[in-house]
Amino acid sequence: MEMRKALCTGLDDIMSKNSKVVVINADLSRPNGISSLEEKYPERSFNVGIAEQSMACIAAGMSSYGFIPFIVTFTPFATRRICDQISVSICYADQNVKIIGTDPGISAELNGGTHMSVEDIGVLRSIPNITIIEPVDTVQLSKVLPKVSDYKGPVYIRMFRKEIETVLNGSEEFNIFGSLKLKEGHDVTIFCSGIMVQESMLAAKSLSKIGIDAEVINIHTIKPIDRTSVIDSAKKTCAVVTAENHNIIGGLRSAICEVLMEEFPVPLRSVGIKDTFGQVGKLPWLKQTYGMNSDHIVNAAVEAVKAKKLR
Amino acid sequence: MHMIDFKDKCRQIRKMIIQEIAELGAGHVGGSLSIVELLVVLYNNHMRIDPASPKKEGRDRLIVSKGHSGPAVYAVLADMGYFDKSWLLTLNKPNTRLPSHCDMNKTPGIDMTTGSLGQGFSCAVGIAKASKICKDGATIYTIIGDGESQEGQIWESAMFASHTGLDNLIAFTDLNGLQLDGKVDNICSIEPIDEKWRAFGWNVINVINGNSCDEIDNAIIKAKKSSKPCMIILHTVKGYGVSFAKNAGESNHSMPVSKDMLKQAMQELGGSV
Repeated sequence: MEMRKALCTGLDDIMSKNSKVVVINADLSRPNGISSLEEKYPERSFNVGIAEQSMACIAAGMSSYGFIPFIVTFTPFATRRICDQISVSICYADQNVKIIGTDPGISAELNGGTHMSVEDIGVLRSIPNITIIEPVDTVQLSKVLPKVSDYKGPVYIRMFRKEIETVLNGSEEFNIFGSLKLKEGHDVTIFCSGIMVQESMLAAKSLSKIGIDAEVINIHTIKPIDRTSVIDSAKKTCAVVTAENHNIIGGLRSAICEVLMEEFPVPLRSVGIKDTFGQVGKLPWLKQTYGMNSDHIVNAAVEAVKAKKLR
Repeated sequence: MHMIDFKDKCRQIRKMIIQEIAELGAGHVGGSLSIVELLVVLYNNHMRIDPASPKKEGRDRLIVSKGHSGPAVYAVLADMGYFDKSWLLTLNKPNTRLPSHCDMNKTPGIDMTTGSLGQGFSCAVGIAKASKICKDGATIYTIIGDGESQEGQIWESAMFASHTGLDNLIAFTDLNGLQLDGKVDNICSIEPIDEKWRAFGWNVINVINGNSCDEIDNAIIKAKKSSKPCMIILHTVKGYGVSFAKNAGESNHSMPVSKDMLKQAMQELGGSV
C-alpha cells in the first residue's frame, strides 16, 4: 500500500474520533493523498496556499485554542523552510502541532536536489521540545498517527509517500519513545530508520550467509532516542552499523554516536548520504549512487565486525 | 462613554513602563510608548476578558506580534489585575515572568508567544480561524509594527485571512515610521500601506492620531462591524509621551533609561505611582 494512502486513512480515523484534530496543507494535498479530507471535513481540513511559514504559525495559533493541527507538506518545506516558525511559535511556545514531511532524503526522486532534505533531522533535532519519528511502512504509520495525536507536544514525522514493501506484521507494539527490534543477532547491530529498514533486513539475510549474525533495530523515534536499547544492543554485539536516508551528519548516525560515545564506544560504520546534496533519479539508482542499498550495509557490517576483532 | 479618564490612565501606564525599563537601565522604550493608548482602549473598552481567569474559553484575545512591546503590555495587564504590579520591576531579571518579548507560558494574560517578527500575526490568523470553527463569537486583535510589515509571512497570512473570511480579526499597524535601524521610508518603504491591505482583501481604517484614545475607540467600534478582516492603521509617534524617548527619535527602539531619566519622566508625567 502507498504510505500516503495510510496517511489519509489514519488522519481520517483520528479526525472522525476527535473533533479537535485539524489538517492543514500548503498546496500539496494531492501529492500527499489527503485532498479527500478537505471534502469530508471542510472546516477542519484546509489549504492555506503556498505559504509554509503562514501554515506553521496558523497551526500554532489553532493549537493555542485547543486544536491539534497536523501540517502536511514535503520534507524540505516542512523543516528548513520554516525552521524559525517551528523553533519559536511551535517548540518554544510549546504548541501541540504535528508536522508531517513527506519525500525525505533521496525519496524525492525526480524532484531532485532542491527537494531532497538531507538535513531535516539534524536541524530539528537540535531544537528543544520536539519529537522526531520516521515510520517504516504503512503498518507502523497507522500505529504512529493515533499515538502522536494523543501525545501532547510538537512532533515531526518524516515519511516516505509512495508504495513501499511492508516489513512489520502488525503484531508489534508501538511505543513513541521506544525502538523496535526486528531481528535478534549477536555479531553486529544495524540501527536503521525509514526506507533503510527494508535494506537492512535484506542485508541481515545476506550477512547470515557469510556467517555474520546481525541484530536489526528500527530506530523509528530518532528524538528522543531509545538510549537503553541502543546501549544494550551495542554491549551485546560490540559492532554497529547505522543506516539512514539522511546526511550522516546530524541524523541517526549522529544520535547513535552521541549515545555510544558517552556510554559504550564500539566500532561503528555508517550508511547514508555522505554530506552531499541530492539529484534527480529513481530510487534504485539513487540508492546505488549514494551507497544506500543492502550491499552497502553488508560491507559496512563486515568492516565493523573486522574492526571489532582488531581491538 | 468611557467610565475612566483615559488620558490619566495612559500617563499612569507610561510611568509604569519607564519604571520597568529603568530598573535594569535599558529596554524597548519607543515601541512600547507608541501603543499605550491602543492597549488602554482595547483592554478597558473592548476586550471581553476576565483577569481572574486569563485562559477562559471564548475570551477575546490580543496577539502583540511586535513582541518587543512587552513592557507596555505588562503594565496594562498589571493595571487590569492579571498579576501584582510589583512584578513589573522584575522585567528581564533572572527567572522573571516578564521577559523582554511576550511569552504566553510565563505571563498571565499573554495570548501568544511573540518576538520573531511576522509570526504573531500569522498565529492570530490561526486563532481567528479556530474561533470561527468553535463559533464562540470571540474577537481576535493583533498588533504589528510598520517595520514588521516587511516580513513576508505577514502577507501570506493576510491573503489567507481574507480568503477564509475572518471578519472576527481586527489588526493594528503601529505606523510610527521608525524601525530599529532608522526610518522605515529610508530602509524599505512599506507605502502605500493602506492600499496594500485593501488589495489583500481587508477593510482599512486610518487613524490620523494613533495616540488619541477617542480616535482609536471609534475605529475599533467601526471595525467590529466589518464583514472582512480589518486593519486599523494607527499613525503614532515612537516614544510618545516621554520627551527623552521621543527626542531620541531613530535611536529609541532600544535605549538606556538612567535613574535621572526616570526622575525626569516621572516629573513630566505627574502624580505618583
